[in-house]
Amino acid sequence: MVGEGILKGLAETARNFFGSYVSKDRLTTVQYPEQREPQIEATRDFPFLVYDGADWQQGMRCVACQICEKECPPKCIFIEKSKDKKPDAFGKMQIYPATFNIDISVCMSCQICVEVCPFDAIKMDVEYHQSSDDRFGALLLNKQRLSKSNEYYNAIHPTEASAVDAQRAEELAKLEAKAKAAAEVKAAAEAKAAADANPALNASPQQPAGDPQ
Amino acid sequence: MTHLALMTQHLDQIFVLTSHWLLSYLPIALQPLCSAILSVAAIIIAFATLFALTTLLERKGLGRMQNRYGPNRVGPCGLFQPLADGVKSLTKEDIVPIRADRAVHFMAPVLLVAASFMGYAVLPIGRNMVMVDMNAGVLFFFAIGSLMELAVFMAGWSSRSKYSLLGAMRAIAQMISYEVPLVLASVVVLMQAGSLSTVAIVNMQATYSGIWPHWFVFTPWGFAGFALFMIAATAESNRSPFDLPEGESEIIAGYYTEYSGFKFALFFLGEYIGMFATSGMAITLFLGGWSAPFSFLTWIPSYFWFFAKLLTIISVFIWIRGTLPRLRMDQLMNLAWQFMLPMTLLNLLTTGIWHFMLPGFLRWIVCSTMVIVPCILLGSGLKYKKKFQIRTYHFSQ
Amino acid sequence: MSTATLAAASLNLEPANESGMDQLLEIAMGPQHPSTHGVFRMNVVLDGERVVRLKPVFGYLHRNHEKIAENETYLGSMPYTDRLDYMCPLTNNWAYALAVEKLAGIQVPERAEYLRVITGELTRLQNHTCLIGFLMQDMGASGTPLMYAFRQREIILDLFEALTGARMMCNYMRFGGCRVDLPAGWLDQAKKVVADFPRFLDEYERLLVSNEILMDRTQDVGVLSKELAISAGISGPMARASGVDYDIRKVDHYSIYDRFNFRVPLGSHGDVYDRFMVRVLEMRESVSILQQALRDIPEGPIVDPKTKIRGFRPKPGEAYGRIEGPKGELGFYLVSDGSPNPYRYRVRPPSLINLTILEDLCLGRNVADIVVILGSIDIVMGEVDR
Repeated sequence: MVGEGILKGLAETARNFFGSYVSKDRLTTVQYPEQREPQIEATRDFPFLVYDGADWQQGMRCVACQICEKECPPKCIFIEKSKDKKPDAFGKMQIYPATFNIDISVCMSCQICVEVCPFDAIKMDVEYHQSSDDRFGALLLNKQRLSKSNEYYNAIHPTEASAVDAQRAEELAKLEAKAKAAAEVKAAAEAKAAADANPALNASPQQPAGDPQ
Repeated sequence: MTHLALMTQHLDQIFVLTSHWLLSYLPIALQPLCSAILSVAAIIIAFATLFALTTLLERKGLGRMQNRYGPNRVGPCGLFQPLADGVKSLTKEDIVPIRADRAVHFMAPVLLVAASFMGYAVLPIGRNMVMVDMNAGVLFFFAIGSLMELAVFMAGWSSRSKYSLLGAMRAIAQMISYEVPLVLASVVVLMQAGSLSTVAIVNMQATYSGIWPHWFVFTPWGFAGFALFMIAATAESNRSPFDLPEGESEIIAGYYTEYSGFKFALFFLGEYIGMFATSGMAITLFLGGWSAPFSFLTWIPSYFWFFAKLLTIISVFIWIRGTLPRLRMDQLMNLAWQFMLPMTLLNLLTTGIWHFMLPGFLRWIVCSTMVIVPCILLGSGLKYKKKFQIRTYHFSQ
Repeated sequence: MSTATLAAASLNLEPANESGMDQLLEIAMGPQHPSTHGVFRMNVVLDGERVVRLKPVFGYLHRNHEKIAENETYLGSMPYTDRLDYMCPLTNNWAYALAVEKLAGIQVPERAEYLRVITGELTRLQNHTCLIGFLMQDMGASGTPLMYAFRQREIILDLFEALTGARMMCNYMRFGGCRVDLPAGWLDQAKKVVADFPRFLDEYERLLVSNEILMDRTQDVGVLSKELAISAGISGPMARASGVDYDIRKVDHYSIYDRFNFRVPLGSHGDVYDRFMVRVLEMRESVSILQQALRDIPEGPIVDPKTKIRGFRPKPGEAYGRIEGPKGELGFYLVSDGSPNPYRYRVRPPSLINLTILEDLCLGRNVADIVVILGSIDIVMGEVDR
């Protein structure tokens, strides 16, 4: 019949019109900024530096190895190494970055820096409200603006963060066990060395000539 | 008359009574002039408000059809959006191309708005509420409607731009082609009513047999005439699916590409007002003007029914706009000349037969057949000629 | 009108004087235009409403992708491939990964192959949906089918975000597999999306397929003959709509497509309507592939453990990896000289190759048809210009 397809189309549109008052999936608008979509866990926006503990400078995991700087495709990371060292989470003295800048107007959120970091120091944040009206430098994030705590990391990416934490705890446990074993060996060696150095002290006591008075 | 009946009558005639009361304060010599001014002011205010409401309704209606809200930020449910649009169009810079013909460029939107408003002079909006009761009202309406085409061409030509010229050419061809079925579709009403006066046509339809009104749309020839009139009205108002002249995705905005700011708003206004006027004429000719659909509803004021019918037609326009893609130029022309013109001529024949047959079941059967069968035959014939295929697809082995 | 004659003269054309009054009108459609699918310009010479000549001008979105790749490591180019055909980032990643795997002789574990097929077919679904929406929008259906298409696309993009971290620039494939494994609940969510999709396809079809206006505007418009399609190197749904039986998934047997039971739809007329319908049918086939893949995905590693992320140096040589992308044959040609950066990196963009015959398709048609034909070729300027 003439016009049949047109009538079917009209019926379809009418169904959507009335359906939009009734069912949720025919009106999918989220009224931003009053409503927000729930954050999907794996979202990645811009990088941030993770620190353990309370002090962001002391607890920073980054050791300025500059691997992320080399691997970043648009070359938006700028690192300068420090001259002194500070202890890291495992107790070893490491250098740290004196400056760590990321230009997020260049960053393309590709996550390659996160993949190649051997120290779990740089992870992807979920903050996308980074726009600013300052043209010169507001989008160049420095070390302090980039540092966020491990608790924050656990809050935004729970699965990933707990896996990282478990792995680090395991490493720490292994290190401690190794250190303990090393300490035991050292203590045993010390005791042996002391025994060799002073045989008189360690010789089994002879029966005293005197009487037990 | 009972109290209730008196009150409903007063409510129905409230605008007429108010204007008489206002005019009684003026000297007799000035009364006709002031009465005209009052009517003009009333029409402009009423229909400009309707225009503002329609722009909002259209955006919200389209939005809901597309699974989204329409404008809902400005004011509660977006009610102040037309105000915001008005402020925007008033404060925009008025750019006139350097090679444009300034006088014609300026006059085109003015002419469009003036021509479209003039059509309301003969539409009876309520009982005794027509501005000018001409005895050639329908003729006047269609004559004034042709002025709109002139305005469109003025706009396209004066802009001296290729896109505008293309758009203007298309618009003129379309509008002229659809004038013919538009007028022919209304001739059937004139044949049956025996008068060109809009007031007489509505009065003829405002009678009831039982609870059913005598609207012309409830007859086979009236229904066909109404359908044809509405299709032609859509084309005359450049609305989807006939909005090729303003084909947004092809030639930007067609004949009003070079207009900005207030003049663009005037074009918009003129087109919508023209759409309301043509719909108003359709209501007058086929849908019984200001008469109520059932005899027990006549206590509701007449102007309410007119605007209710107008709003219904506008909603259908919006519905169609949200659904259909637009027709290409040659398809548009083919529809006008190869389908609608023969149908309107056949409709004339059907009306004549209806008039001369005795009232009863037989004339319903005969006239319905005379309307439906050619429609189907012509439709399938045209479809066959274009070789529309419902195709089947095979898959590779 | 002197402008027309000047323009005609610059094109070395005589102003047509057949009926004594016709003159040629040259207009430039684009680069800012609502329907040219990106920054794309067409210099069209019209005789009244008929197209006499059409010259496409592109390059407005050229971003030196291939030169940048010569200075980046192989892995560093992966995020840039996302941005080539920005409607289908995952298939771009896949084609590139395939090329590098061929170059370096890397094997891909089975679970990774399944993940690649799943994400690839989801990409195909959302690309075709959007294309049909855009085609209807260009035809003037004031956005309604487009909104429906985008509503479905959002659901698929949510899936991508949950898996890869980003809605569009996914950067998901690695050499030897995929970057990250499925999070908890993703498989069920994907199964639900795929189960709902046929209902949306039915709704969509009801709005479109037997619509007389659509049929009138697309049947016998922009007819591409089979011979021209083969000789011009057209690939993808555009070639299949003209009857060329060439689907790289069936020809190359790459990845694990041999395990899935799917058909390849072919058209016979090669017009816009056929290209449109072939894509709708392909969507149904993709849904079928997805259902099979989601059902059969095995456990296992998702990346070849021997492949290095840093310091990746394939042996000197060359390789060409290609896939059946949603737009056609997407291929990457790599030449390695043993260093961490490729010596030559070349993309075979299906949109560009399919675009070369635009003039042949548009000659003799109306202005209104140009837009419809361009829409049916399915171009993305990111790929055309790279």
